[in-house]
Amino acid sequence: MSKHNPRQIVLVAVFALLAVMPLWLRAYHTEVLIILFINIILAVSFYIIAQTGEWSLAHVVMMGVGAYSSALFTSRLGIPVFASIPIAALVAAGIGRLINYPLVRMTGFGFFIGSFAAGEAIRLTWVRMRYPFGGVRGLINIPTPGTISVAGFAVNFSHAIPYYLMTLGVMAVSLFFMYRIDKSRLGDTFRAIHSDPDLAGSAGINITSYRNQAFMIGSLFAGLAGALLVHRMGSVDPHGFSITTMVYLLVWVVVGGTGSFISPIIGVSVMTAIFEGARGLAQWRPFLFGAILILMLIFVPGGLGSLIPKVQERYKKLRSG
Amino acid sequence: MEFDLALQTAANAGILTCIYALIAVGLAIMFGVMKMANMAHGEFYMVGAYCVYLLYAVAGWPFPAAVIGGIAIVAGLGLVVERAIFRPLRGQVVVGYIATAGLMFMLQVGMGQIFGVGRPEIVPTYLTGSVGFLGTIVGSQRLLVVPAAVAALLLLWFFLHRMKAGRALRAVAQDPEAAALQGISIDRMSALAIGIGSAFAGLAGGLMAPVYPVTPYMGHAVILIAFIIVIVGGLGSIMGAVIASVIFGFIYTFVTTIADGVLASIIGVIVMLVVLAIKPTGLLGRVKA
Repeated sequence: MSKHNPRQIVLVAVFALLAVMPLWLRAYHTEVLIILFINIILAVSFYIIAQTGEWSLAHVVMMGVGAYSSALFTSRLGIPVFASIPIAALVAAGIGRLINYPLVRMTGFGFFIGSFAAGEAIRLTWVRMRYPFGGVRGLINIPTPGTISVAGFAVNFSHAIPYYLMTLGVMAVSLFFMYRIDKSRLGDTFRAIHSDPDLAGSAGINITSYRNQAFMIGSLFAGLAGALLVHRMGSVDPHGFSITTMVYLLVWVVVGGTGSFISPIIGVSVMTAIFEGARGLAQWRPFLFGAILILMLIFVPGGLGSLIPKVQERYKKLRSG
Repeated sequence: MEFDLALQTAANAGILTCIYALIAVGLAIMFGVMKMANMAHGEFYMVGAYCVYLLYAVAGWPFPAAVIGGIAIVAGLGLVVERAIFRPLRGQVVVGYIATAGLMFMLQVGMGQIFGVGRPEIVPTYLTGSVGFLGTIVGSQRLLVVPAAVAALLLLWFFLHRMKAGRALRAVAQDPEAAALQGISIDRMSALAIGIGSAFAGLAGGLMAPVYPVTPYMGHAVILIAFIIVIVGGLGSIMGAVIASVIFGFIYTFVTTIADGVLASIIGVIVMLVVLAIKPTGLLGRVKA
């Protein structure tokens, strides 16, 4: 067996710890962690698109596309949940490809507000169409995964701990794929488009095609996150994917940053901890989040992730004397 | 659609146009001068409505004085936001826009916690009765927005084209560097622009307080349409914003009357998407979105 670096050992230890944690966690905290894993997939998929330099306000709606698709596939067409989740992710990727036809023509503020318009057009379609989307009240009684035989054991994935482990596994696989994409030539190309689109274009990079790919990959994993969410919640409504939810995603990404793969994960985790820790503040929590968003943008524009190299450098200096 | 109903709908559309114009022109002048977009502009409108509620319905000021008080408070709020958020983030339009999303949360929740969520504040109508014209009937209070909006826009035109500070403002909008070389302070002009833009939002909110339910989330209803109007009219173009207000005032009212409000919103966002994709400068804009 080849020698592993300390990072891989830490990573395996973290996932091993997360896998056994529900044994002593309270039921409520297990649910919080399920949502956290789903939100990590969402935030990192946003990060992939952000590598091309564009921030999509349609991202939460793409999560909703996954959620609505899987809800309809399972409840109307009777497709089993485990088959429906990946199909829903593919549907989100396809819809992402479609809305990127106009969006790929825009950059910067135009893209930002254009992606909002595209997302809102989809979301308002859910509001308006009672059939099949359930209108403003959305859909209820969405099937949970039910009992499935795993290695000879009958495991009921409708229960919290099996669902927790399944979400953890899906998150691990999703992060693995997105990490490989980020570190590959594809990820480098996304960043080249961001740092200098003219240079990238004249070096023979097809900017439109690569931006489409980034948007499709991001939408795929956002859709996956939405499908995982809907089968835990059992219901879905259009308000859940409104601009308010989108601003929460922006807070996570701004707090963590988009400079490195780990940054958005730090952002979601820290803000989830703050959100849960501030239960006493009740309705004031969005106020706190808004204030954190403004302060981070002004004083730590690169996010918490941008502080890691600085801390490492200081630590090295201290060690070398 | 019968003729009577069409006429009545057209009258309603005219009033809606004036509200849209007040809100959208405020956004347009801020974008034109500062190159910054304020996502909390709808909340400024909401704050204007609450000011009139407090000053007029609670403190018993005369309605016009309460509206003027509201305009002053919202303009002051705009100045604080310029200094605290837009100035440190100048030149980064997306970042500034996200920061004002945080401000949107803060204002909504802050007002919600102070005044309570769920039950709208009741503001008695200032002008009772209604005006009839060619078989259409419009409440006097709602009609008041028409002369107010026309007067405010004429005043703005006079200021921008006939007064020195207004010309300086237009100079900064056209070319900030050249304007700075003429000794025009960009900081002061940015403050002036957001002050005027916010005052317009405050005026719209104050005038609408007796007509629409005053709630912490009333800004949501106007901010989307205001951005659609500003994008379609051309970012930073005041004339474009006015023209687009007329277009969308009529589209929204007629589609809402014939079908429903959600369909009107869907049409609005799709028109905005098409404009951004095909003609990102909008109808009259010089700036590409």
